[in-house]
Amino acid sequence: MNARKAKRGGLLTAVFSIISLLYLFPIILIIINSFKKKAYISKKPFAIPTEKMFVGIQNYINGINKTGFFDAFWTSLFITVFSVAAIILCCSMTAWYIMRVKDKFTTAIYYLCLFSMIVPFQMVMYTLSKTANVLHLGNPLGIIVVYLGFGAGLSVFMFTGFVQSIPMEIEEAAMIDGCNPLQTYFQVVLPIMKPTCITVTILQAMWIWNDYLLPYLVLDQKKYKTIPMAIQYLKGGYGSVDMGAMMGVLVLAIIPIIIFYIACQKYIIEGVVAGAVKG
Amino acid sequence: MNKKTMRKYSPIFLAPTLIAFTIGFIVPFLMGIYLSFCEFTTVVDAKWVGVKNYLRIWGDASFLHSLWFTAAFTIVTVVVINVLGFTVALLLTKKIRGTNVFRTVFFMPNLIGGIILGYIWQLLLNGILLQFNRTLTYSGAYGFWGLVILMCWQQVGYMMIIYIAGIQNIPGELVEAAKIDGASPRQILKSVTIPMVMPSITICTFLTLTNSFKLFDQNLALTAGEPSKMSEMLALNIYYTFYTRNGWEGVGQAKAVIFFLLVALIAIIQTRLTRSKEVQQ
Repeated sequence: MNARKAKRGGLLTAVFSIISLLYLFPIILIIINSFKKKAYISKKPFAIPTEKMFVGIQNYINGINKTGFFDAFWTSLFITVFSVAAIILCCSMTAWYIMRVKDKFTTAIYYLCLFSMIVPFQMVMYTLSKTANVLHLGNPLGIIVVYLGFGAGLSVFMFTGFVQSIPMEIEEAAMIDGCNPLQTYFQVVLPIMKPTCITVTILQAMWIWNDYLLPYLVLDQKKYKTIPMAIQYLKGGYGSVDMGAMMGVLVLAIIPIIIFYIACQKYIIEGVVAGAVKG
Repeated sequence: MNKKTMRKYSPIFLAPTLIAFTIGFIVPFLMGIYLSFCEFTTVVDAKWVGVKNYLRIWGDASFLHSLWFTAAFTIVTVVVINVLGFTVALLLTKKIRGTNVFRTVFFMPNLIGGIILGYIWQLLLNGILLQFNRTLTYSGAYGFWGLVILMCWQQVGYMMIIYIAGIQNIPGELVEAAKIDGASPRQILKSVTIPMVMPSITICTFLTLTNSFKLFDQNLALTAGEPSKMSEMLALNIYYTFYTRNGWEGVGQAKAVIFFLLVALIAIIQTRLTRSKEVQQ
């Protein structure tokens, strides 16, 4: 019985190993092609580069030059880091306030946040980009306000869910000890909320880093590009697509994601599960 | 908690989020509703025209096509992704070697953005179709199945993670008791596992439902709606109506309102279903 089970387990491991390799194949394919001459990429995508096809890192250099990849990387990083920080700080404060001062006004805000979660981006796409334009938010600093506003719904919702489970006694003790609400919040409430902060960070960072349409419509494209915008620009900016540069940029765009994934894998998977159960 | 002292601090606690929320959501949303009843080229020259925009939608064949395309795509992907995700989760919760590595691999595509995924799969699928002298933009059907494959590759891992969490939450005694009662593995699956992970099934169904229905980036990068709008989904159709057709801005906004109502309908059904399940338990 046990031997049979072990044998079946071994078979499953073998099958899944093959499937995993197939699963990674698309990524491996673009890495291979990023070292080929551009003429060969579309014609012979599955060929291993021979000496005739091999171009070294020329594709990467072309891609970086054509898209301004490093500028795009820093723009993306700046927007993601500071938008997520703003979302975590502001939304957790708002959520705590909503749950502790329960009146008509805060209840209305809570339901508005819930409502905003079901509104697809296309609904506000045009008017949001015009609003941002009028208010001069078309730069990496301004877009943080837009992300805070559009991302507030989900974040406030998740934080309020957690605040409900915090016992009031802890906060009351802090207040009796002479803390004002701000001190209570930073010294008592925020540390307790750490698990939810991680979940919200993961979900929002995944969204903002990969978002294409919002920054494309809001940012002043002549000056600022995020990574997804840079890649799409490569497609649209030139008559025929330079496949070599495209492959180089795709690989460069994936590298930071893989590093981030390997470093924070545990948090990412936990965050996704927690987010799905509540969302 | 003293609400009076709390209220004194409301500018600090509420104002930043509320201001951003007003700019990023409330104003654009209300303006969007209003503009769907207007003819305009910029926000300033909007003229009220009543429901004319909504009537013009029905004369736009590309919109109706994208509506059916999106509906078919959503149904296919919801079924395939959930069946695959659940099956993989079942197999990976058995005690076999290397499960952690497999989970890591299957989940990975989720972190990569839709635009990048679109171009990766464009190369791969066009490379395969090249053997048959076709491309992804040969007809709408090629784009359709290309998008289905891409979407499955991206989302199966995500749903798998949620199903695994659900399966691991099933109390071990329950499975043991069923085994002692002489239940076969198939009976255990049907009468213990599936009923116990019902909440996960609801969550995953609606996650895939909304993800597929609102798909944009992947669609834009993989086929951009080619050939001649035959592989265009709703979100992309709305985008093109706004930004490539002069004089159609009002219609684009009206389409967006309908799109919103459809998404809202899905969300309402979801909340109802989840609530009724909670009562039963």
